[in-house]
Amino acid sequence: MPALGGPLPKRETMTVATRFETLRLEGVKRDFGTFNALRGLDLTIKRGEFIALLGPSGCGKTTALNCIAGLLDVTGGRIMLDDRRVDTIRTEDRGFGMVFQNYALFPHMTVKRNVGFGLKMRGVPKAEIDRRVEAAIATVRLQGQGDKLPGQLSGGQQQRVAIARAIVIEPPLVLMDEPLSNLDAKLRLEMRGEIRRIHQSLGSTTIYVTHDQEEALSLADRIVVLRDGAIRQVGKPDELYSSPAHLDVADFMGYRNAVPGRVTGVEGDRVRIEVGDGASLLGRPMDGISSGPAVAMIRPDDLEPVAGEMGVPATVDTIEYRGREYHGLARTAGGKELIFRSSTPVARGAEVRLGADQDRVLVYPEPRP
Amino acid sequence: MSETPLDTGPNLRQRLRARGFDGVTMLVLPCVFAVIALFVYPFLYGLWLSFQPKTGGHLANYVKFFSDPFLYRTIQTTLILSLPVTILNLLLAVPIAFRVRLMKHQRILTTILVLPITLGTVLVAEGMLFYFGPQGWFSRTMLALGILSQPPSIVHGYWGVFLSLLITGFPFTFLLTLSYVTGIEPALEQAAATLGASPTARFREIFLPLLLPGLAITFCLSFVQAYSVLPSAILVGDPANTTRVISIAAYQAATEEYDYPLASAIAMIMGAVQLVVVVLVLGARSLLYRGPVAAAKG
Repeated sequence: MPALGGPLPKRETMTVATRFETLRLEGVKRDFGTFNALRGLDLTIKRGEFIALLGPSGCGKTTALNCIAGLLDVTGGRIMLDDRRVDTIRTEDRGFGMVFQNYALFPHMTVKRNVGFGLKMRGVPKAEIDRRVEAAIATVRLQGQGDKLPGQLSGGQQQRVAIARAIVIEPPLVLMDEPLSNLDAKLRLEMRGEIRRIHQSLGSTTIYVTHDQEEALSLADRIVVLRDGAIRQVGKPDELYSSPAHLDVADFMGYRNAVPGRVTGVEGDRVRIEVGDGASLLGRPMDGISSGPAVAMIRPDDLEPVAGEMGVPATVDTIEYRGREYHGLARTAGGKELIFRSSTPVARGAEVRLGADQDRVLVYPEPRP
Repeated sequence: MSETPLDTGPNLRQRLRARGFDGVTMLVLPCVFAVIALFVYPFLYGLWLSFQPKTGGHLANYVKFFSDPFLYRTIQTTLILSLPVTILNLLLAVPIAFRVRLMKHQRILTTILVLPITLGTVLVAEGMLFYFGPQGWFSRTMLALGILSQPPSIVHGYWGVFLSLLITGFPFTFLLTLSYVTGIEPALEQAAATLGASPTARFREIFLPLLLPGLAITFCLSFVQAYSVLPSAILVGDPANTTRVISIAAYQAATEEYDYPLASAIAMIMGAVQLVVVVLVLGARSLLYRGPVAAAKG
């Protein structure tokens, strides 16, 4: 193709995504036979945003990403880039950069040729390819590795090559599909910082798929929580962390203690939930609850032994020392397991009452079976 | 040693195992015997025999072969038959494998394509004789439609053998190719697409370089199969003339002239020609990338 191309790079002018203000998903659906992987997603993404698509496996987040990339056709709705429709355009003409979970580096090409592949396909002159590839390799800090084959690199280095290959074409939109899930914990932390740094320095828009809430919280400007192919909540990390809109979102955001009970009254902007054994908790009403069967959701970090009659009575099952504090597992009379923290050691088998700050107790309606 | 049992160290079995010999290794022995009895011994015996001509010096058989056009032209005849068939088989197998790779009911199609393997050369040749013969469906249809004015002369000539080799060789070529094609990580093509590569460019830049080493092996195996053609060259060919392949020459020397030394010499030459082609192809292959075809994991 470069041989045919005149002085004007042919494909670059053809690609759709040069600059855009908003990317809109309008009722995007994707069915696989009778299975609805996406049930009509509506989402507007602004230029420069870092969006995390978060959800458990099978929630449709990768499907959504593949639909945006064009690797899957949508079976309903449309994807708009400003006023241009992109879901009908072929992948290769969309011009979005993508980083794959398994990196998908071309095993027969050196790092340089991998990174330069997108530019070559766009008919960019050789000298400019060399210059931009060099710059991209420097951005991901892989100087001196350019002539190696992917098989000769470590997982973290391969990941950097995959990122360099996606960003060298200066895509207005970068799609990342769980790019850190194949790395070990230390490298994951390191690359997380890298990805954030690269996103900020390029000013591109990034959509990042992950099932790791910590990753989403630390990277994203906004998080989109998906479940069963539908959006459950969209919000800033701190909103999602402190006020998950639904019970399942709370569960996914790390509210691991679920205490079932019944809301018996509203006290100001709090509700009281009776949790059995004459015990009750005050908490923030969520998801429109004012009475009836309910579940109090509390993070392990917020639940601790309290004095007095408030709090859930439980028997300490195990206790472990974690440096600054103790982490324990207690069991209520009903057999419910509760994870709590304590600043002082608690004896195994001790009877305690566990409670949390009113702001940190979220009371949701009990899910209908 | 029995006086100081503590100092004996590892026993014989352990020492053998440390060198890679154990009970499981012994399972290879029947194969070794079979290879020696059915390949190594006949080969060496044939080689020795080829240098013991009925008349003349040690090299008389080879001299005879290369000075008699009726004999040495069989090399050319066989190559003209087997090389195009092998190449055409590969050219057909690659696009079909690419299509089948994406199919849901891969196994049905694969089964249909593989059937000719189970039929065997002779049955296929037999079928072709009837199908393309003067009273066959093909001839009758062509005559009835007025496309041909007389029964076609496909069988009993070059194209008969060509077609027969294509039919019997294709499933083998296809299955090998399919396994190479499906071995390539699908994400590589997707990655190339997101980087702006058109389907043509994806094939040229990604699939072809990763497939070529496998296709070279497929070529060699298919070629060797086609080169040693015998039954169809006689049954649906023109064994006295255009399809007088090298194996016919060897067969005639052995069974019609009872000249086993000459037959052995022809067999050795046949082997040498195959070896030259295979070595050339594998030599070219060694210049290619031969690493893993999936994305390397760290």
